[in-house]
Amino acid sequence: MDDKLIIGGHEFNSRFILGSGKYSLNLIEAAVRDAGAEIITLAVRRANTKEKENILDFIPEGVTLLPNTSGARNAEEAVRIARLARELGCGNFVKVEIMRDAKYLLPDNAETIRATEILAGEGFVVMPYMYPDLNAARDLVNAGAATIMPLAAPIGSNKGLATKEFIQILIDEIDLPIIVDAGIGKPSQACEAMEMGAAAIMANTALATAGNLPLMAAAFRQAVEAGRKAYLSGLGRVLARGSSASDPLTGFLRD
Amino acid sequence: MVKVNGELLPVDGKTLSEYLETTSFDIRRIVIERNEEIVSKSAYNDVILQDGDIVEVVSFVGGG
Repeated sequence: MDDKLIIGGHEFNSRFILGSGKYSLNLIEAAVRDAGAEIITLAVRRANTKEKENILDFIPEGVTLLPNTSGARNAEEAVRIARLARELGCGNFVKVEIMRDAKYLLPDNAETIRATEILAGEGFVVMPYMYPDLNAARDLVNAGAATIMPLAAPIGSNKGLATKEFIQILIDEIDLPIIVDAGIGKPSQACEAMEMGAAAIMANTALATAGNLPLMAAAFRQAVEAGRKAYLSGLGRVLARGSSASDPLTGFLRD
Repeated sequence: MVKVNGELLPVDGKTLSEYLETTSFDIRRIVIERNEEIVSKSAYNDVILQDGDIVEVVSFVGGG
């Protein structure tokens, strides 16, 4: 079945976006392979002359790089980081991520909309991370976003689909791919989001804090694929009350 | 003095290339911003660092 994820005109077979933070560079290759990931996120930071290794040397060829703008506190800083990332010569994808709140790391939707408009105008494929709000999502669509990335729960919390009802509204009302980002802590939660109709899942901490990272990457791959198939199939109905036999009621024992 | 990644360095008067030769930055993996303007790699020989410049040298790291 041809079921591509299309982001800004680019086609992907995988619906799992892998984060690269908080774990060894040496595990990236196995994580990408076992997750089946075709997109990996990165951050931009001050270069360090002491570290000889660069993350780009650990990412398998052919994987699309998705730099984020983490650290940005407003639209201007996000735009600045995005331009630096593009200058590093690894494509024009950017995950806009703007936080004013250091405790809960919640995204600032208004600044995110402003940054999205500027960056989309400069030819970036903009994937904004946002608090799931329908009005903000519509503004992001109008600003030129390629996808919408609502949070499931606070970043790094592994708490799962805390915003489930509001993500469902985005899935139902927004024509762009809805990629659930942040807070997904285990494969069952990724699967549930995919069953709801999410276009893809992004996870980092769930893998980085797992006991066996490559094995968890494989588990996420299967969960995302299972959820996608269930969504495409159409879920079975839920009865309001009572039961409905799965077996033919021949009744021969009583006749 | 020039502020490079937050640290004051006595490199004013040098070109960016001359400064970079004194460091172990991997030129292929960095981008340089001078006073919030990106400097393209082809301009490293021409840009002369001035007293009071603020330079950021950045690269990719792991992130979510």
